[in-house]
Amino acid sequence: MAAAGAALILVQADLLAGALADAVVDSPSPGELRPVLTALALVLAGRAGLAWCQQVASQRAAAAVKASLRRRVLHRTQELGPQWLSGQHTGRLATTLGRGMDALDPYFTGYFPQLFVAAVVPVAIIVQIAVADLASAVIICVTLPLIPVFGVLVGLQTKRSTRRQWSALERLGGQFLDLVAGLPTLRAFGRAQAQAAAVRRAADEHRSATMSTLRVAFLSALVLELVATLSVALVAVPVGLRLLDGELDLHTALLVLLLAPEAYLPWRALGSQFHASTEGLEVAERAFAVLDSPVVRPDDSSLRRLSPSVAEKHATDGSLTPASRPDARPDGSSSPAGDGVSVVRFEGVSVSYPGRNVPALDAVSFTIGAGEHVALVGPSGAGKTTVLSVLLGLVPPGAGRVLVTGADGAVDLAAAPPEAAVRGWRDGLAWVPQRPHLFADSVAANIRLGYPGATDEQVCHAARLAHADEFVTALPHGYDTVLGERGAGLSAGQRQRVALARAFLRDAPLLILDEPTAGLDATSEAKVVEATARLMAGRTVVVVAHRPAMVADADRVIRLEHGRVAADSAGGARTAVVAT
Amino acid sequence: MTAAAERVRPRPASAPATGSRRRPAARLVRILRTHAGRLTLAVAAGVAAELATLALMATAAWLIARAAQQPPLAALSLAIVGVRAFATSRGAFRYAERLAGHDAALRALATLRGQLYDALVPLAPSGLPAYRGADLLSRMVSDVEAVQDLVVRVLVPVGTALAVAAVAVGFSTVLLPSAGAVLAAGLVLAALVVPLVTLAAARRNARLLAPARAELSARNVDLLEGSADLAVLGGTADALSAADAAARRLARVERRAALSSAAGTATAMLVQGATTVLVTVVAMGAAADGTLEPVLVPVVALTALISFEPMMPMVGAVHRLLESRAALGRILAVLDTPAPVGEPVSPRPAPGRDVTVELDALHVRYPDAPSDAVDGVDLRLGPGTRVAMVGVSGSGKSTLLAAMMRFIEPSAGQIRLNGHDVREFAGDDVRAAISGVTQDAHLFHTTIRENLLLAAPEAGDEQVRAALATARLLDWVDSLPSGLDTVVGASGAQVSGGQRQRLALARALLGDPPVVLLDEPTEGLDPDTADELVADLLASTRGRSAVLVTHRLDGLDGVDEIVVLDAGRVVQRGTHRDLVARPGPYQDLWWSAHPGDE
Repeated sequence: MAAAGAALILVQADLLAGALADAVVDSPSPGELRPVLTALALVLAGRAGLAWCQQVASQRAAAAVKASLRRRVLHRTQELGPQWLSGQHTGRLATTLGRGMDALDPYFTGYFPQLFVAAVVPVAIIVQIAVADLASAVIICVTLPLIPVFGVLVGLQTKRSTRRQWSALERLGGQFLDLVAGLPTLRAFGRAQAQAAAVRRAADEHRSATMSTLRVAFLSALVLELVATLSVALVAVPVGLRLLDGELDLHTALLVLLLAPEAYLPWRALGSQFHASTEGLEVAERAFAVLDSPVVRPDDSSLRRLSPSVAEKHATDGSLTPASRPDARPDGSSSPAGDGVSVVRFEGVSVSYPGRNVPALDAVSFTIGAGEHVALVGPSGAGKTTVLSVLLGLVPPGAGRVLVTGADGAVDLAAAPPEAAVRGWRDGLAWVPQRPHLFADSVAANIRLGYPGATDEQVCHAARLAHADEFVTALPHGYDTVLGERGAGLSAGQRQRVALARAFLRDAPLLILDEPTAGLDATSEAKVVEATARLMAGRTVVVVAHRPAMVADADRVIRLEHGRVAADSAGGARTAVVAT
Repeated sequence: MTAAAERVRPRPASAPATGSRRRPAARLVRILRTHAGRLTLAVAAGVAAELATLALMATAAWLIARAAQQPPLAALSLAIVGVRAFATSRGAFRYAERLAGHDAALRALATLRGQLYDALVPLAPSGLPAYRGADLLSRMVSDVEAVQDLVVRVLVPVGTALAVAAVAVGFSTVLLPSAGAVLAAGLVLAALVVPLVTLAAARRNARLLAPARAELSARNVDLLEGSADLAVLGGTADALSAADAAARRLARVERRAALSSAAGTATAMLVQGATTVLVTVVAMGAAADGTLEPVLVPVVALTALISFEPMMPMVGAVHRLLESRAALGRILAVLDTPAPVGEPVSPRPAPGRDVTVELDALHVRYPDAPSDAVDGVDLRLGPGTRVAMVGVSGSGKSTLLAAMMRFIEPSAGQIRLNGHDVREFAGDDVRAAISGVTQDAHLFHTTIRENLLLAAPEAGDEQVRAALATARLLDWVDSLPSGLDTVVGASGAQVSGGQRQRLALARALLGDPPVVLLDEPTEGLDPDTADELVADLLASTRGRSAVLVTHRLDGLDGVDEIVVLDAGRVVQRGTHRDLVARPGPYQDLWWSAHPGDE
């Protein structure tokens, strides 16, 4: 397309020069020049059409690149997993993946095509001028390289001088945000009015500092423009003088005059296009940083599945009580987990988070038999939530073994088990986190996440058991009400009850709960507590508990402190553990 | 009417905002009026630069055409000088335009920042949703910068393009009136049609793109924030393919949008080409019948071709205008937001050192909120008494403090200061009496000394050091290489969350208000740090009037009264010893923090 554009520029200049030369020399009537003028009109229309095609093509390319980059980054975040995401500013990441990517548009629609134009057009023009008039071509050949040379030289000089002022500029620019953000504090101490003058002073200092930077920065543009316009003058004046001597014909002279500025234009434009696309490059850098983040996992060579005999041994460790089914599926099919048994065995499990010197878990060992109701207690930061994350297969331990037995047999979660084995284990458990995430979808779809094949009937039944039915039916479209991002439109307690409905519907033999009543108001809390108690009946339960009521319902209490098991009431008096 | 009522102005929240419905463009013009001179200068320099280009090409064309007729060299010398002069001056004019344009833009920015700050003073923190999120606040600040764009990339180029068009039409008309008329028609068409085409495409595409963008954003948030839920429930693959589909849908809409959004530039080029050809035809006709010297034909033709060049940036200007208009609208909305708290016309003299604060059935409701944030709270705080307010987040504790500091107007009930309605005092006098560590205590990007002196500008180093010692920070400050002169805040020295809160505490202690308010500063601190901090807060307020907001209960056995808030209501009150013995929310809170003490 750049080549076609160059060709049209050459033809246009030639036609225009020819027509104008004829007009000056012969003064023909427009009728005689009709073919030339018609051709000129067609070429001009062609240039407009080509510009349109080029923009459309580059915008389409940009759309395709953005879609593929979005896809790759998003897939990568899921490979990196929840543990990695919890250390990220997810709001900023979402912006980068959304509107942020649009900053790539100027790169693809401006800078990138301009690169080709800059490579093709000047060369084509110089060749054409050289054919018409070698002397002018030499002048252009000599002056054209001055544009990139001066561009780089002046650019480097300004970079050096602006870098010195940059920190000052940044500080003055940030001062306004600092004062605005601190206004409540300023008002608290009666200093808000006094700072009004400071705001104006800072803005004025910012202006004069910026201006002194710009005075230098704009010099590069000045030099480039001077090179371009002076070169046109350098070409035009000798051409005129040689015309005077009869060495040149008017057609050639006009052609040279029309083409000369076009030779300089692409390289000058390239500079400004580059500046316009820098923001896009920053976004791309952020995206690539995600793509390059390594997945923190234990060595893959340790990948193994336990032999069946070991699995059996663990499976028979505890007395097995099959979970009762308050909402047994009407079609008689088994739950996703099957009718297997659940046993969990931690053996010397340690977890360290990157960037923290104290391990989150330090050689933790315990066994949970099927049917047990175990409460994890301890001060915040003791490692309770980390135990759950390990159990859910979200955090791989650095050391030790985590033997879990689901319907598909036993798996060591600490030994990088195959994806399918982890999925099989997770299929047999239900999880109600402290702050469940509700998706921007209908309420029914959010509940159905627990068991995608569930009928409407089953969804409603689960919601009733979770005390969710009462507020869902009051929503404008009932179960079909579409929630906003992050479940917007529901209160914290309502979101918690939707998550409980999810767990009821999932009907899994193992239930994992993380302080399900944290941060709820009194009325919500009572309902959540009641629904939780109903959900726990007949299942193996691991619950992180703060509330005395939750602790009281457990038949065994494990107390964690500083990442270690401080006490375990297994086989002993639980009051002794609680009182430790 | 009682004397008290006379002192109080009607609640401004219900007063209609004057001029809020004014068009944003007109408002901006008023703001920019003070900088009209510099703006004119910028446009004038821009016009001069474009005219130099035009003159360069026109003169060069004339020079070449005239030379072809082989006149004596002297006939060309003026043109040769002209070509060289125009070639040199163009760059200089362009440079002047850029400098003058940016200067005017930065001055306008300074003016607007000043106006925005003045408008924000009575609004912070309760009168503006922006104060509930740091992201909103920085967006507001960058919105102001949109004005800079508006001046540099919209006002100056559009002004220049129009002025150049006028000059080119005038020049052509002098040479050949019919050519001038054709050029005028072409330029008017370009000036009207190009922005219209661009605008229509931008509007249509925004309508198409918005739902696709919203869906993509929702899918992204689901995957980024719900990744754990999805992984455990086995829904990751489905959610990923839904997000992929959303990204593909957006790309499809974007591809369709490209067809029309590229139309602006193409239209401009078409109009330029058609006009140039027509002007050439007209000029040739005139040359043929002798009304125009043939030498001037290239001059007229090239004038037409080049006078369109300044029109080309109009396409970008329209896009900028659309973007910055939204930003400007948000800023103007802030400027028009009524203050949430009124000031008395003739304030009562400031209360002295001995202050008694009484809350009488206090209700506070945020605008548009469905229920009261504070729902009928009574409280009496005599000199030297300490009260702790306890409750989960969102129970109304911080709103109660905001009302006591006159940051928000009660919707019903009364706050009395030494027996007088608090609304009879000047807001700053109330805050001189009741102040301390607010919920969002800000550490400014300046030295530790300056940050503390905010509370007591006249205090000497000895007092500053004493306050730091009480907040148990003096050892840390003395260990810093620059001591009190260490710069802290946004991009200053690394300060931990605990140190940040202790600095805020030291500042409040240095200010030494008769009633100290301490809004719980333990958010984001690890438990040990938080426990130590609360203990130090309690120790440092011994013997003073103080209101402590917390949800950690350790150490509260020393305060005179504990008020347990839930959903804006007092659900329990008494001493720690009372409350911990009685079944109820306080006991529950106590047990949940001390499960081992059962």
